[in-house]
Amino acid sequence: MANTEAALVIDSLKKTYKGGVEAVKGISLTVNKGDFFALLGPNGAGKSTTIGVISSLVQKSSGSVSVFGHDIDKELELAKLSIGLVPQEFNFNQFETVQQIVVNQAGYYGVKKEVALQRAEKHLSQLDLWEKRDSPARALSGGMKRRLMIARALMHEPQLLILDEPTAGVDIELRRSMWTFLTELNEQGVTIILTTHYLEEAEMLCRNIGIIDKGVLVECTTMKSLLSRLNMETFILDLAGDLAAKPELLEIESRLTDAHTLEVDVAKDQSLNDVFVQLSKLDIQVLSMRNKANRLEELFVELVEKGKMAGDQL
Amino acid sequence: MNMKALYFTAFKSILTKEINRFTRIWVQTLVPPAISMTLYFLIFGNLVGKRIGEMGGVSYMEFIAPGLIMMAVITSSYSNVASSFFSAKFQRNLEELIVAPVPHYVIIAGYVGGGVARGLCVGTIVTLVALFFVDISIQHVGLVAVTVFLTAVLFALAGLINAVFAKSYDDISIVPTFVLTPLTYLGGVFYSLSLLPDFWQGVSALNPVVYMINVFRFGFLGYADMSVPLSVAVMVGFCVGFWSLAYYLISRGIGLRT
Repeated sequence: MANTEAALVIDSLKKTYKGGVEAVKGISLTVNKGDFFALLGPNGAGKSTTIGVISSLVQKSSGSVSVFGHDIDKELELAKLSIGLVPQEFNFNQFETVQQIVVNQAGYYGVKKEVALQRAEKHLSQLDLWEKRDSPARALSGGMKRRLMIARALMHEPQLLILDEPTAGVDIELRRSMWTFLTELNEQGVTIILTTHYLEEAEMLCRNIGIIDKGVLVECTTMKSLLSRLNMETFILDLAGDLAAKPELLEIESRLTDAHTLEVDVAKDQSLNDVFVQLSKLDIQVLSMRNKANRLEELFVELVEKGKMAGDQL
Repeated sequence: MNMKALYFTAFKSILTKEINRFTRIWVQTLVPPAISMTLYFLIFGNLVGKRIGEMGGVSYMEFIAPGLIMMAVITSSYSNVASSFFSAKFQRNLEELIVAPVPHYVIIAGYVGGGVARGLCVGTIVTLVALFFVDISIQHVGLVAVTVFLTAVLFALAGLINAVFAKSYDDISIVPTFVLTPLTYLGGVFYSLSLLPDFWQGVSALNPVVYMINVFRFGFLGYADMSVPLSVAVMVGFCVGFWSLAYYLISRGIGLRT
């Protein structure tokens, strides 16, 4: 029986390419309606292949995929109607204008031209592209092209939006405005699946996460529970004055990277206050503090490394 | 959702996109046939034709006019789909259609429709050019319309099949150069098949373009080298065959999906 709460159900999905490369080796995954789901993995892990199968760009070898209860083997067109895809690479006609691209795309989903023109104004305005509507796509900057792909994917108002590295090569200001846009979209009820190499992005936006490595789903859980597994975090402290030697801190590992920068390792059950109390006692003033690495990044590396070691043992 | 209405809107979108494409680059798509046909009429029709005299009971200029129109239709409908579909595949914007709920037959119909539209546009332009050189009278209007339509469909389908297999831009120029042009030139555009020895008449019967030009010329002049019903049947047969092949290729995702 179909899972009515699920936006996407993938069961035992396998894909072997013609040359014999097994890109996906039996992935099973469920993404609930309204979720903001991160699909992470190193390059070549099988993320894009999985997305390709969901969106019909790649033919699966076996397994099943259903989107909002529509099995892609039985009700492909209904499944497709629910999906909006933002692929990794620019794949629109560079010679068409921005408006032509989005209006044509709407037409492929049965949206009449009058409605498509209204939606084009809405989505292009939301993504700051309305002024560029008559420009050929080739004249747009990289960031504008990325936004155009998002606008195009929204033209048929999909319930499930899949974004394959949407912020790759986008400057930080634009990336942040895209995050805000995607968060608002998700709040309006659109289920979002995101692949990204910016783990900060996944941590900030997504509620649930799946990590794929070498075609296998190595982790699928909530962001919260994944992050709670992190045992140790490293903070970088910028100090007010110069230190000649590393300060002796009780039960806290530390390193002096230069005269005014101190790295401290804080365990999960330790309070950051302990660090500051001890530093204050030593009359060391902290100007600012930041994480050495993104928390999710640390876990990601740990999981992928674990996978590598398991693979080596086989 | 009414899926039939969806498919129709999708078809219109592909067709409009295709028509916009070839009209946007009209200097490359619509002007060259007009120029080359003017040269054909000037050189073959006017200069050389005057010395040839009559062929098939009419002046040489009148005789070659239907064949030249047909030649332009064939080349335009073929190259429109071959280059547009291959570009869409090469630049990956065909993915826009693959991810959309558009059935394969709608994709084929949309692209073929674009090829037919260009073929008919060019056919009209070339006919207008021909009117400067020769008085054209049409004996069987319906037959002319059916023939030009079927020919444009047939070669648009052939262009699509070529584009599906093509891996580079070179691949879409090989067929027109080595297959299409010889078939067209040897298809009776410039001569009546009755001038050929029996053996070569038999060989010509294997050339599908012969049937198209034959029935098209019959529609204009009322003169035919071969049986008109047979010619129409050959065209319909090729259309059905090419459509089936195109449908098979697209639905299997050959050259399109990994």
